[in-house]
Amino acid sequence: MRRSTLCLFAAAVLLAACTEKPQTTTRKVDDKPWAGARTDYTAAGYKGGDQAAWEQQIKARAQGQNEYSRTPSR
Amino acid sequence: MARMKFICDAERCIECNGCVTACKAEHDVPWGVNRRRVVTLNDGLPGERSISVACMHCSDAPCMAVCPVDCFYRTDEGVVLHDKDTCIGCGYCSYACPFGAPQFPSNGTFGLRGKMDKCTFCAGGPEANGSSAENEKYGRNRLSEGKLPACAEMCSTKALLGGDGDIVADIFRTRVMTRGKGSEVWGWGTAYGKPSQGGTAPQQAKPEAQKS
Repeated sequence: MRRSTLCLFAAAVLLAACTEKPQTTTRKVDDKPWAGARTDYTAAGYKGGDQAAWEQQIKARAQGQNEYSRTPSR
Repeated sequence: MARMKFICDAERCIECNGCVTACKAEHDVPWGVNRRRVVTLNDGLPGERSISVACMHCSDAPCMAVCPVDCFYRTDEGVVLHDKDTCIGCGYCSYACPFGAPQFPSNGTFGLRGKMDKCTFCAGGPEANGSSAENEKYGRNRLSEGKLPACAEMCSTKALLGGDGDIVADIFRTRVMTRGKGSEVWGWGTAYGKPSQGGTAPQQAKPEAQKS
C-alpha cells in the first residue's frame, strides 16, 4: 500500500514535467499604407488617408517606370 | 487591390549596383547586410546576364511556412514583412528562401546571429507608418509616402521594375514585343507561380522572333 502510494507520487512528480503551458504569440497588425506617414518626404501632390488616392498614386508612380509612356517605341 | 511584385529585366541590367546602393542608403542598412544584390550569370562568357535579386515577396512564401515563431505576415498589397520583435534569428527562413533574401547581421566575436533583416518592398514593418521605431528597425516606409521601392525607382536603365504586378508585367510585355527578344524573367515562376500553377506570366505575349 505504502509502496504503491510512493510510486504514484513519484509518477506524478515525474510526469509533471511533461505538462506545457500554452504559448501564444500576438502578431502585430500593420497599418494600411494609406494610413499616411505624415512626413516631410511624402510624394509631391499625394495626401495620405484615402485608399483610392493611394492606389492611384502608386499606379501613376509605376507608370513612371515605363519609358514608352514618355517616348513612343519605334 | 494592387499586388506588389518585382521584375528584373536581364536584357537591361548593366550591373551598376545602383539598386544596391539606393537600398543601403535609403534604409541605413548596416555593414554585412545586403537586402538587395546584383548577381551575374555566366560571368565573362558570351550571353552574360546580370539580375538584381532581393526578396521577391512570393505569393506562397516559403520563409513564412518554415518560421517557427510565425513572425512573417503578408499585407493586403502582397508584401511579405516580418516582425523583428518576434524573430529569434534561427535562420530557417534563409535556408528556405530560393532567393537568399533573409540576411543576418553578425554582431559579436562568436558570429552571433542577430535578428533577420530583408527587403521590405520599402513598406517598413508592423510599427506605425513613418514612426522612428519603424525607421530604426526596418528603414523607410516609402509605400506610405506614396512612393515605390527606392531600388526600382533609382534604376537608371529601368531594368528593375517594382509595383503593382499587373502594371510592371504590362511594361515588361511591351518591352519584349518592341525589342523582339529577352522574354525570360528570372525568378518570376519561382516567386509568383507558373501559369500552370495559377500564376500569371508577364511574357505571355512573345515576340514573333521567338515564336518560330
